[in-house]
Amino acid sequence: MATPALPSNDLQTVRRDVASRKVRDQLFVVVGLLALFACLFSLLVLFSKLVMDGSDRFTWEFVSSFPSRRAAQAGILAAWVGSSLVMLVTACTAVPVGVMAAIYLEEYAPKNWFTGVIEINVTNLAGVPSIVYGLLALGLFVYKFDLGQSIVTAGLTLALLILPVVIVATRESLRSVPRAIREAAYGLGATRWEVTKDHVLPYSTGGILTGMILGLSRAIGETAPLITIGALAFIAFLPTPPLTDVAPYVSFTWLTDPFTVMPIQMFNWVSRPDPAFQSNAAAAGAILLGMTLLMNAVAIYIRYRFRKSINW
Amino acid sequence: METTMSTAADSATTGGHEAPRIAINMDGHRETAPRNAAKARAEGLSFHYGAHRALKDINLEIPERMVTALIGPSGCGKSTFLRCFNRMHDLTPNTRYDGAIHFYPDDFNLVAKDVDPIEVRMRIGMVFQKPNPFPKSIFENVAYGLRLRGVSNRALLEEQVEAALRSAALWEEAKDRLQASALTLSGGQQQRLCIARALATRPEILLFDEPTSALDPIATAKIEELIAQLRDQVTVLIVTHNMQQAARVSDFTAFMYLGELVEVGDTSRIFTNPSKKATEDYITGRYG
Repeated sequence: MATPALPSNDLQTVRRDVASRKVRDQLFVVVGLLALFACLFSLLVLFSKLVMDGSDRFTWEFVSSFPSRRAAQAGILAAWVGSSLVMLVTACTAVPVGVMAAIYLEEYAPKNWFTGVIEINVTNLAGVPSIVYGLLALGLFVYKFDLGQSIVTAGLTLALLILPVVIVATRESLRSVPRAIREAAYGLGATRWEVTKDHVLPYSTGGILTGMILGLSRAIGETAPLITIGALAFIAFLPTPPLTDVAPYVSFTWLTDPFTVMPIQMFNWVSRPDPAFQSNAAAAGAILLGMTLLMNAVAIYIRYRFRKSINW
Repeated sequence: METTMSTAADSATTGGHEAPRIAINMDGHRETAPRNAAKARAEGLSFHYGAHRALKDINLEIPERMVTALIGPSGCGKSTFLRCFNRMHDLTPNTRYDGAIHFYPDDFNLVAKDVDPIEVRMRIGMVFQKPNPFPKSIFENVAYGLRLRGVSNRALLEEQVEAALRSAALWEEAKDRLQASALTLSGGQQQRLCIARALATRPEILLFDEPTSALDPIATAKIEELIAQLRDQVTVLIVTHNMQQAARVSDFTAFMYLGELVEVGDTSRIFTNPSKKATEDYITGRYG
């Protein structure tokens, strides 16, 4: 039985072989670019459709007016203020809690089956449908703690929703601090907390902030859990201002005020029969998308800045 | 092969090959301790990673203000042994020390369960295999150990940072850029910065874990020269895979193999006239 011969090494054969393999290489470039353009193109079409539909509503009045029964006079003032305040509550609760939980899991927790179960569950929580968080918040914050259908309820609900994102991003960021740096600090006689506060945390700030902003940009578009807790769609007043002119000059009553947010306002307008409201919805959608893109841009910039100052 | 082939007595008899000098010491009480007296002594030291026994019944004396080198093939346990001295293994779960490392003149056991590793690390510094400066300024790198001890007086910090950088032969290169990031230094400079960082807290023993394995020959020569000078201030224990380096910088050499201490003695004797076959084979390059 003759053994198959190895391909010959003469010039013609080698060149023919390389040429045919490079064709397949090029083929993949074409397929990859097609896939990429399919994504980008649909996003681009969506965004430009929103911008075109809402083009006549990009005015200062739209941003500074309350909703109205007449589409031409309706605006998103209550919605964007509500969104901003809810995000503020979300950031102020999800970030400290999430970062501390991540530090504990990563730096302190012993590696055993119990922390293993917690880890898996934290990761899985990121996949829980948002409406489930809405139901939880309705039972817990609205009825049990009696916080009402307020900004604080919404903020806490969305904080629960993005907590897994913050925890996972923070842990990944903490983990990227090399063992050698920890050993250097421990070697000088630092305690665990000193190593964390002086080194691990400062060096992973970039990643933590990125995780926070990605979490918030998910939260800002959430509608379902807020509808579940009973956010209003029609609000013709602003929450109590947080700054007052009498001592102590700060007020927290806005926390318990009713609110609406951008996506709920959009949902409300989309569901109306009058086509004029459709362009309101489109304009609000474009603005919301713009806010999200801006947040992502900030996240990318922060990551870039920290990468530049710290490369291991 | 469970017998310990060498003891502290061996190194004691080989001592005194050089007239003791007056130490230029920064720290009061240590000037009184004569050079070559025992600074630390491992006694029946074993170390376990889980069920694996990485060090087997090691007995070794580390003489005061001398350079002791640990040599041996990869995986022989020399780094593991070194890391026992500042309890670095405590950072890894499931590890266990048996036996003792006596620390003099206080005479307590460094690896005892009731001795806090933080206390040990405050007195025994370490320089690692790869330069690992903090991504902070040069000044803050050196000052960190002092800050941990609660020193916040600016003038005192500046004085101590300068002294440490001088001891590490980095002052001339760094004095004009103390606020620059430590990561802007070259590899060799970074390693000298790590030495300065460890020296700033005036450790009594300085551990070196293959400090030049990531450096080029010129940077290596500078570090070796530095180690030779440091023996006037501090007791040095150095792990090296480079036998020429051990021969150049150390006063005593200990040869380890498979987690055991095979032989220890005067460096010149170990390299010219080893008493154990295994040491001779290693030194002549038959394995390793």
